[in-house]
Amino acid sequence: MAQPADLTRLTAHDLATAVAAGEVSAVEVAQAHLDRISAVDEAVHAFLHVDTDGALAAARAVDAARAAGERLGPLAGVPLGLKDVLTMQGVPTTCGSRILEGWRPAYDATVTRRLKESGVVILGKTNMDEFAMGSSTEHSAYGPTHNPWDLERIPGGSGGGSAAAVAAFEAPLAIGTDTGGSIRQPAAVTGTVGVKPTYGGVSRYGLVALASSLDQAGPCARTVLDAALLHEVIGGHDPHDSTSIDAPVPPVVEAARRADVRGLRVGVVRELSGAGYQVGVQQRFDEAVALLEELGAEVVEVSCPHFTYALAAYYLILPSECSSNLARFDGIRYGLRAGDDGVRSVEEVMSTTRAAGFGDEAIRRIILGTYALSAGYYDAYYGSAQKVRTLITGDFRAAFEQADVLVSPTAPTTAFRLGEKLADPLAMYLNDVATIPANLAGIPGLSLPVGLAPEDGLPVGLQVMAPVLADDRLYRVGAALETALLDRWGRPLLEEAPSL
Amino acid sequence: MSAQPDALLPFADAVATFDPVLGLEVHVELGTATKMFCGCPTGFGAPPNTQTCPTCLGLPGSLPVVNRVAVESAIRIGLALHSDIAPWCRFARKNYFYPDMPKNYQVSQYDEPIAVGGWLDVDVPTPDGPRRVRVEIERAHMEEDTGKTTHQGGETGRIHGADYSLVDYNRAGIPLIEIVTKPIEGTGASAPEVARAYVAELRALVRALGVSDAHMHQGSLRCDVNVSLRRGPDQPYGTRSETKNVNSLRSTERAVRYEIQRQAAVLAGGGRVVQETRHWHEDTGLTTPGRSKEQAEDYRYFPEPDLVPLAPSDEWVAQLRRTLPEMPAARRRRLQADWAVSDFEMQSIVNAGALDPIEATVADGADPAAARKWWLGELARVANERGVEVGELPIFPADVARVVALVESGALTDTLARRVVDGVLAGEGSPDDVVAARGLKVVDDDAALLAAIDEALAANAEVAEKIRGGKVQAAGVVVGAVMKATRGQADAARVRELLLARLGVSG
Repeated sequence: MAQPADLTRLTAHDLATAVAAGEVSAVEVAQAHLDRISAVDEAVHAFLHVDTDGALAAARAVDAARAAGERLGPLAGVPLGLKDVLTMQGVPTTCGSRILEGWRPAYDATVTRRLKESGVVILGKTNMDEFAMGSSTEHSAYGPTHNPWDLERIPGGSGGGSAAAVAAFEAPLAIGTDTGGSIRQPAAVTGTVGVKPTYGGVSRYGLVALASSLDQAGPCARTVLDAALLHEVIGGHDPHDSTSIDAPVPPVVEAARRADVRGLRVGVVRELSGAGYQVGVQQRFDEAVALLEELGAEVVEVSCPHFTYALAAYYLILPSECSSNLARFDGIRYGLRAGDDGVRSVEEVMSTTRAAGFGDEAIRRIILGTYALSAGYYDAYYGSAQKVRTLITGDFRAAFEQADVLVSPTAPTTAFRLGEKLADPLAMYLNDVATIPANLAGIPGLSLPVGLAPEDGLPVGLQVMAPVLADDRLYRVGAALETALLDRWGRPLLEEAPSL
Repeated sequence: MSAQPDALLPFADAVATFDPVLGLEVHVELGTATKMFCGCPTGFGAPPNTQTCPTCLGLPGSLPVVNRVAVESAIRIGLALHSDIAPWCRFARKNYFYPDMPKNYQVSQYDEPIAVGGWLDVDVPTPDGPRRVRVEIERAHMEEDTGKTTHQGGETGRIHGADYSLVDYNRAGIPLIEIVTKPIEGTGASAPEVARAYVAELRALVRALGVSDAHMHQGSLRCDVNVSLRRGPDQPYGTRSETKNVNSLRSTERAVRYEIQRQAAVLAGGGRVVQETRHWHEDTGLTTPGRSKEQAEDYRYFPEPDLVPLAPSDEWVAQLRRTLPEMPAARRRRLQADWAVSDFEMQSIVNAGALDPIEATVADGADPAAARKWWLGELARVANERGVEVGELPIFPADVARVVALVESGALTDTLARRVVDGVLAGEGSPDDVVAARGLKVVDDDAALLAAIDEALAANAEVAEKIRGGKVQAAGVVVGAVMKATRGQADAARVRELLLARLGVSG
């Protein structure tokens, strides 16, 4: 039997197998990860809330079910970090914001419910940029998360907490949400795997909305197969979410096991490389594309001319929806209430609460969105952005006629230093230039590590994109590349990370 | 409330000088079992905040799901109003901050409503009988209701100045259909009656469709009244006021009348009508200013991204069209012919709200004239006393039909019948129960009646002589005395017959 200290190094798949076989108890697995959190999270700050009692109770329930001879789910007993933007009944949910301080949701998100029902052990809530607005997790009201590869660097965002928890072996799995790259970019800069499923593939019920038409929850893991296993647990139609697709989850686990790209047409997106991309990032990406060709894929170059406007369109649609979605945080019903001195009017209490409860980036985007939706500006801003969105969807449609999947670097750079881009919102926004188009078109995307940039020794991510509901192709390509790279490196990339 | 009462021009002068233009926005609360976007029940009068869930409370992360029955109701209303049903439409968010709005936006429809255009013919009562007016419909759209706030303390009952406010979210998310008319022109002095007749007809329509109970006093049908004045039919529209809180048909009429008089006084005095929302006060019969709309509010509408577009198929719409019942106007025409009543009588029946009860009473076997006599007479009087509609009285049409039958068979006299109805209204049970319990029945024992007649003749010897002398009309005095002696339980006609026979006089 493995020693508890080793348990945190196992993949989710191996842990679930060991628990199911009775080689280790779910409680031991949970405790090992809780111990790891105690040991390293002061430095990493991946978690905003650790639910020790809840996690151990869930683990005991899995052990009891096994003892009773019940059939366990494929991830039963595996610990997981839940991004703090998803509700979990009775457990604090802050969305990284002061304005939700103290709020304990009365209900489980569908993702949370499905995790619980399949015996996944939720360790706690992970850190994030406030309401998922940011690419560095520095916009969390509760302090930044640190990249386990270099504690002076950002772990990406908004889901930096989820990615860092996985990279630091605090949890083999985490749930992220991706509105413009918040799962994929953190995966890229932490050397982990992250998947944004097809829009509508995973229920948004209980996901506190940033931009409803872009948000999508998905898996964070250390291996492609682990991500696929988690994807299958959380995916599928939910009658509580009208935008959820009424179709079976694509065969992602099967695809991850198949790991075969022979005959697959891989399109390299011309607009997502070259100028603006760090040299070492481009280099590792090019090597990975060459490797795919070696593995039997047919590599073609495709052009998506309207991607040039993706960032601009995104920063009109997102703030517009966000300005409306965040209107409910007013101090009247839950969370923070400021200025209620018996003298101020209800409007004054609302605005005092919002001024005190929202951080700069949230306020910036609320103002931008309020402006973009205003009478007289709507057509020029929100209306035009929606047209660009249609054009980008058209670019993808054309590209997918030439290629089965598209690839690009996930992020233009490796992890930058904490504070480096905080004063320059535009520089921060550019981190998501390669991930945003997939959100605008609703297509799925996966990021996996393809090496370390020679100039800084930090992880580089490659993004795979597929047509709507062809999420399985992501896993097929990801797993094939992962296997080939593992052969080349001899051990997982994360083993290169400094020990904490 | 404003300190200065509004100056009013006499109504006749106002409509002689100015041409009123109306616009009516009616909100109908649908009688669906569950709310517009969640599965919470919609019953009226439950303890505050007991019919709520994460979605209608707008809790972070919650999402809406459209209620299919509400959409069907909206389409059926649209079809009944001769509107075009949109083959594709969307919901939109209307953004504004208010504590009764759980999300600080209302899910509504904006430039893509479910029903577009159409009309509703209404019969406007006049001294010469009803006059038909066609009201053009602009649109009908779906939206969710807000919560209900109660402001405690303070002088105005409004949020400003209140010590604290209570919010009940039971109403939040209840499905509403808002039906908006095109500007109604050319009504002149009958504008108040047209407004009332339109709301009444719309109420009858949604009730006939079975989509709402449409009780104005419970707020399940609410009317916003837009009024503006212009110098003449060829002039551009004047500035309008929008009066809210109009909670009865009578208020609709009064509010229009008041606004015409108020605005006319402003304009006649050389002033300018302010574009604003005003509140109708049922008790004082006044409107007072609310929010000024001089700076048009910007609701920043945009398509609701949490919902997918709605695309009612032709088959679905056709199927719903087949479920449309007979429309109220057609039904009135049919019943008027069946009952053989005049336009004017029909107008009285409709105004009294007695159409349904009379139809049901007739269906239960009563003669139409007898049914009408009860519902427009005794029962209308009681309803008026109690301040309710006749249909709300605790008596079933079947009870009235039974009373009619008892009278026809001679088992009850009119006087007795009224006492039976009194008993039913007092909760003493069915007419037969009341007859039994109160011992009400016609004294049909001729011997007993003759005894009473002899007694009455003895007491009224002079009258008896007159009758014998041929003054038959004097018989009434004796008949009255007999009726009194039998405590009304005799059949007056029979008494008269026996009396005349006794005196040897032919009637």
